Amino acid sequence: MTKFLAVLTLTLGAALAALPPAAAVEPDEELSNPALEARARDISRQLRCVVCQSQSIDDSNAPLAKDMRILVRERLTAGDSDEEIYAYLVDRYGDYVLLNPPVQSNTIVLWAAPLLIFLVAGASAFFYLARMRRDARAAAALTGNDEAAH
Amino acid sequence: MSRLIFLAPLVLFIVLGGYFAIGLTRDPARIPSVLIEKPLPEFDLPPIEGFEKGFASSDLKGEVALINVFASWCVACGIEHPMLMEIAAKEDVLIAGLDWKDPKGGGARWLAKNGNPYAFVGDDAQGRTAIDLGVTGAPETFVVDHAGRIRYKQIGPITPQIWRDTLKPLVEQLKSEGEAARD
Repeated sequence: MTKFLAVLTLTLGAALAALPPAAAVEPDEELSNPALEARARDISRQLRCVVCQSQSIDDSNAPLAKDMRILVRERLTAGDSDEEIYAYLVDRYGDYVLLNPPVQSNTIVLWAAPLLIFLVAGASAFFYLARMRRDARAAAALTGNDEAAH
Repeated sequence: MSRLIFLAPLVLFIVLGGYFAIGLTRDPARIPSVLIEKPLPEFDLPPIEGFEKGFASSDLKGEVALINVFASWCVACGIEHPMLMEIAAKEDVLIAGLDWKDPKGGGARWLAKNGNPYAFVGDDAQGRTAIDLGVTGAPETFVVDHAGRIRYKQIGPITPQIWRDTLKPLVEQLKSEGEAARD
């Protein structure tokens, strides 16, 4: 019985995880060109809804997010590149509108911190283990001497 | 010396904790505007229903002005409105209104009911000019100087205290800058 429940839970969980996340895009917003629409969706997932903040404009159903989705699609239809669309919104809302912070002088600490922490932790662990091994060897040598003395 | 290294995690924790504690005191809704010190974006908005004149960026030429983003659906705008009426009546500063994403006639009904503090009102039904201004919510108020540059953005309602301590001194400073430039 428990086994059955476990299998059921896993199956349901996997099925739910496989579903695409709920998007807020409404049918009247969608572009008829599937390639452009796919680009619009990708760009929308990278842009922060400035009202709800923790959602992308693709996820949010705030009116301002809808306006921004329509704007993204208009610019795409007008032939803008992805970079031009990001630049357009950054000019108006700042880097804050990007969910993925760009690597630049004021974010370098943010980007470098994980690597730095990994290096420092790795180096500490290496030296700590090296010392433990040395101590263990010294202790073994001592016991060896004791035995030799018998 | 080698004992001190065991204090390192504690020091790191205190430093990070300090940063996070400062971060918690900040209001995440206050996104600093990137348009400060930049020229006001150009726009030419149609009038709201029943009005003859709309609101264009060129209307503010040479004036120190407040641009107030409002909407009839915005609850906080109702709290702010009496303050705007008072500024319009008592103070020497031009106030322009940007009616943001209001249903047709909503802005006009709002002004008929609450009074009209604005020298110009523009209808931004699509919300496109609001995006050009980096608006994140209503009410927001931009302070524009005589050279047409955005100098300040007030997020949320103008309270009597904000007007007295922040906006009024700024408007007076910008007016004297404008006069100095004219001389």
